[in-house]
Amino acid sequence: MNLSVKISNISKKFNATIALNSINCEINKGEIFGFIGPDGAGKTTLFRILTSLIIPDTGTAIVDGDNVVSDYKLLRNKLGYMPGRFSLYQDLTVEENLKFFAGVFKTSIKENYHLIEPIYKQIEPFKNRRAGKLSGGMKQKLALSCALIHKPNVLFLDEPTTGVDAVSRKEFWEMLKHLKSNELTIVVSTPYMDEAAQCDRVALIQKGEILDINTPQNIVNSFSHKLFALKCDNMYELNIESQTNKNTHSAYLFGETIHWVAKSEECKMNFISEINAKNFKNFEILQIQPSIEDCFMELMTK
Amino acid sequence: MKDFIIKEFKQIFRDYRSMVILFGIPIAQVLLFGFALTMDLNDVHFAVLDKSKDEYSKKIVDKINSSDYFILDQNLNSESEITKIFEKGIVKEVIVFESNFTENFIKKGTANLQIIADASDPNTANMLVNYTKAIVDNFQQTIVTENSLKGIVIPQIEFKYNSELKSVFMFVPGIITIILMLVSAMMTSISIAREKELGTMEILLVSPIKPIQIIVGKVLPYVLLSFINFMVILILSFWVFGMPMDGNMFLLLVEAVLYIVMSLALGIFISTVSNSQQTAMLLSMFALLLPTILLSGFIFPIENMPQILQILSNIMPSKWFIIIVKSIMLKQGSFIDVWKETLILISFTVFFIVLSIKKFKIRL
Repeated sequence: MNLSVKISNISKKFNATIALNSINCEINKGEIFGFIGPDGAGKTTLFRILTSLIIPDTGTAIVDGDNVVSDYKLLRNKLGYMPGRFSLYQDLTVEENLKFFAGVFKTSIKENYHLIEPIYKQIEPFKNRRAGKLSGGMKQKLALSCALIHKPNVLFLDEPTTGVDAVSRKEFWEMLKHLKSNELTIVVSTPYMDEAAQCDRVALIQKGEILDINTPQNIVNSFSHKLFALKCDNMYELNIESQTNKNTHSAYLFGETIHWVAKSEECKMNFISEINAKNFKNFEILQIQPSIEDCFMELMTK
Repeated sequence: MKDFIIKEFKQIFRDYRSMVILFGIPIAQVLLFGFALTMDLNDVHFAVLDKSKDEYSKKIVDKINSSDYFILDQNLNSESEITKIFEKGIVKEVIVFESNFTENFIKKGTANLQIIADASDPNTANMLVNYTKAIVDNFQQTIVTENSLKGIVIPQIEFKYNSELKSVFMFVPGIITIILMLVSAMMTSISIAREKELGTMEILLVSPIKPIQIIVGKVLPYVLLSFINFMVILILSFWVFGMPMDGNMFLLLVEAVLYIVMSLALGIFISTVSNSQQTAMLLSMFALLLPTILLSGFIFPIENMPQILQILSNIMPSKWFIIIVKSIMLKQGSFIDVWKETLILISFTVFFIVLSIKKFKIRL
């Protein structure tokens, strides 16, 4: 059996709000799988269902061979879960936290030290510091150590890089790549599109629905349009103009430029001449490679 | 489980606010009550109905009057004046000497006097009587040794208005009951609610740890701390109030542990229905503390309550514990006297433990 997680038709409603709408997804053993989507897309709800914390309204989910609803007791022995919010005991020290979670899973730090060593080594100098007094990056490393201490088969990381600085984020992904092995499946969620490239496969999720599941490269390759970056001195006007222009397929601000897709090659020429006629100062148009975010925007407009 | 308990202890000791609630408040309360009581006894007005007006009776009155605690208000002439003077409310104690007091003492060897105290404030009345008795005893000793006589003075004691002294020493059992309830129930409910609030419960749930392990892990440290608390209150009440301690102490301790476990179970039940520390705190305050104080018979005697409240008081576990403590401490009661109340407490305990395990959510 090569599947680690199998999600079939999972739906979940909170009162009138649909958090998840018939989600289907399969995650292979030993891969780093990312759920990528903006806040409120339903990532946390999905993770809580997969970690047996909430029951879906419909559908089934099998994690590591166990049903998340009926076999939750078995499942809870082999799951690693790191919630989006830092959820360790702030008034216990680094070492005490780790010891406690090892104890909860009936194991010891010694037994699985090799698993967490590369991560834990970095915070070991602070092992007598209270967890509440750690920096964001260190807290995250500790939380990861605690989630790993019992040698889980599947590791769920809910937005592990939210609120962490760029350097720590990079480090964190390095750590995940080190952890990756045949025995450990890592499921990550993140709102940062640029992190998608770090995953083996990703699912783009929006408003409780999965837009696409593929490798990051394939998702980028599937972008069928020519993408242009627009720039000029008056970006505000240009943004309005490009979004309302009848030749535009899609246009949105992306950092310092506007990413723009024409309806057709002909429309592109028309658009350029219209812009030139309106005298935007220093107007530039440049074809660029699409990123995951562009694919996401494209999928959203469908 | 062991790790859970160790962790819980560490958290309690590191949270100085919990420690203040745990140990500071009980001590402060007991002392407050203690001093409010002891400082009351200053220049209390008393009256004398002396039917003999002879040597010894006058000496006794002088002795009492010269002490710091008493001031002679007036001399009475007849029994009928006693009620009148009490009704004015200034005089708290009347001492009545029989006729031929000195003669009876020397010749018959026994002399009678009567101490009548206004027991509408039972604590003060009790202390007044004890002080007066002590002074009379002291006088008798001096007379006997000085004149080598063999007489004794027999004081008869009468409490007016509240003759059974229903609330004497009531407050110590009451305070023990309330503090144990407050500390045990509030602390556990807050500590579980805190796990929920900080998200650690989420991780605990995704672990193989069972609800019963979490509950026992939470309860055990507090059983120990509450028990220490109980001992502190007991020792303080012995020193500060001179609370009688001649009942079956072992039985009392066992009952206390039972009551502590009951309160803890109640606390856990509260925490299963509240999601934040604040809710837990408010719930324990309003749902527990107030009814406990008002309906347990701690402040208002249950017999004086309207019928409905009397019935309602039966579902206050604290009521039964107060009965047990009073029975053991004040009446030297044995297990046979309190088995019914004990059984009720056990039922409460089982009820709350089962309820909280049932209500304990294995999911979010």
